[in-house]
Amino acid sequence: MDRLSRSDIIFKIVAYLLISALVVVALYPLIYAFSASISGRAAYETGRVVLLPVDLDFQVYKILFARNGFWISYTNTLFYTVFGTIWSMVISATGAYALSKRKLLFRRQFNFFVVFTMWFSAGMIPSYLNYMGMGVNTRWGIIVAFGVQAFNIILLRNYFESVPKEIEEAARIDGASEFQTFTHIYLPMSTAAIATVTLFYATSRWNGYFWASILLQSANEKPLQVFLRTEIMTYRTLIENMVIDNLTFAPDSYAYAILVCSILPILIVYPYIQKYFARGVNLGGVKG
Amino acid sequence: MTKSALFKRIIHHFRCEWQLYLMIVPMIVWFLIWSYKPMTGLLIAFKNYRPIDGIVASKFVGLYNFKQLIFGTAYSTMFWGAFRNTFLISIYGLVFGFPFPIILALLLGEVSHNFFRKISQTILYLPHFLSEVTITGLVITLLYHGADQTGILARIFYDLNLIEPGLKVIETAKYFRPMYIITGLWKEAGYNSIVYYAAIMGISPVLYEALRVDGGNKLQEIRYVTFPGMAPTLTIMLVIRIGGMLAVGYERIILLYNASTYSTADVISTFVYRIGLEGSYMSLAGAADFFNTLIGFILVIGANFISRRVSSTSLW
Repeated sequence: MDRLSRSDIIFKIVAYLLISALVVVALYPLIYAFSASISGRAAYETGRVVLLPVDLDFQVYKILFARNGFWISYTNTLFYTVFGTIWSMVISATGAYALSKRKLLFRRQFNFFVVFTMWFSAGMIPSYLNYMGMGVNTRWGIIVAFGVQAFNIILLRNYFESVPKEIEEAARIDGASEFQTFTHIYLPMSTAAIATVTLFYATSRWNGYFWASILLQSANEKPLQVFLRTEIMTYRTLIENMVIDNLTFAPDSYAYAILVCSILPILIVYPYIQKYFARGVNLGGVKG
Repeated sequence: MTKSALFKRIIHHFRCEWQLYLMIVPMIVWFLIWSYKPMTGLLIAFKNYRPIDGIVASKFVGLYNFKQLIFGTAYSTMFWGAFRNTFLISIYGLVFGFPFPIILALLLGEVSHNFFRKISQTILYLPHFLSEVTITGLVITLLYHGADQTGILARIFYDLNLIEPGLKVIETAKYFRPMYIITGLWKEAGYNSIVYYAAIMGISPVLYEALRVDGGNKLQEIRYVTFPGMAPTLTIMLVIRIGGMLAVGYERIILLYNASTYSTADVISTFVYRIGLEGSYMSLAGAADFFNTLIGFILVIGANFISRRVSSTSLW
């Protein structure tokens, strides 16, 4: 557009200002949490920490890293994320591939079978009793019983459907089996969709809290989110009871430090996958 | 085709394509065990559940649990409170949660500086990927108000007179719903704008130029080109929102509420959680659960039916 009218210019200025303000709002709590976690006690308690850290102090991280349960829960979450995502991806990708094929008998019924779970679910109590009945109270139980989502399957299916048929036909003529076509043609051609769905599954595993907190019995198996929650609710008495000579951080810094530890891994991976998911979300569409 | 010929063809089909069916089996089995099998467990709502008997063998009591829930017991007061809160929180969620991402997408569409826009989008989508525990942990710590320490957000709110001095936000019933809605907006608004932004980008620039030639201004542009252009997306998203209205984010509520805010915060699913999983009144909780699921399902079907009538878009 060459000529911008006055209303255009006003609208543009307003847009830039509002977006900038919202960016600040989105980012501020995260920056503040980081700053508050590494600020000195006096600076924090007198309210001098507003945006950037004041009187750098890393004692809180030393205490946190030495805390019983921190590394265990961190490793557990890594375990749940890696194996859980693999498990969810294998089931979803193979299923979605089959659903994308016109030659599949009862294709419509299978599709409905999957999509129906998006609109109707058993509810908390029956699910809980089912998990208990099936013995889902161990690491592997959590991996197996959770994580497959109809939405992600539909997203993959739609993407597989858009792969040109000619390529597949060529591969079949060359003698590729159904399975080889899937692994050698479809998977490499669908990296955007695969990356998106992997991201969705991985974040939901990394962030999983509710069922893990209810079902897992052993403290050694609890994921980071469960640890994080307990610490957030109890850190004030915890810090009080810790016998530390010369406590140089405010108790709140401890809470912020754990929050930073839970945010940081996401922040590190996020820029690399960011380019995929915006496209991926729209790929999925919503049609069942 | 005769019957046996058809049979032969089907056998032949499976012989050629067995790999395809092998690939779909894990998914089907997974959904059967973890999604469909528990649906049969909704029977618990009509039973007097005893853990030793299991759901099937427990005594059938008809609508007894529902009567307990609906009429004049200690639980029915809680249930109706939760029912009202579910409804209110859903409505507020819809009223604020639905337009906000659309406005955000409109604004993002105006930002023509590519680098600035990309950076803004990256940052605005980020909170979606943080866990509920992290988000609520932040909220609780930032709003903490104690004798010796006060979280920075609480301090800002006190200074701006947005909250009454002396009231602790986390423990004050009247602040719960705004807190819940704003937290949700902070987390999801950016991410939810992706779909609308894509819809706006999909509108042909020719339409904008045509309006320009006719002397239209910015507001007319939004009114006559942008909105009609994103109408299908709007309808579908509204259908999804209304359909999922009762599925209030119970995880966030459980993480944010406490005994002093039950009166405004307790929704049906948190009520189910409290009396069922924390209090082990399984059948009563099951009845409330059943009620919740049923209404949710009716909403999905209803919203879809209406959208099919009003426009040509529907979910299935």
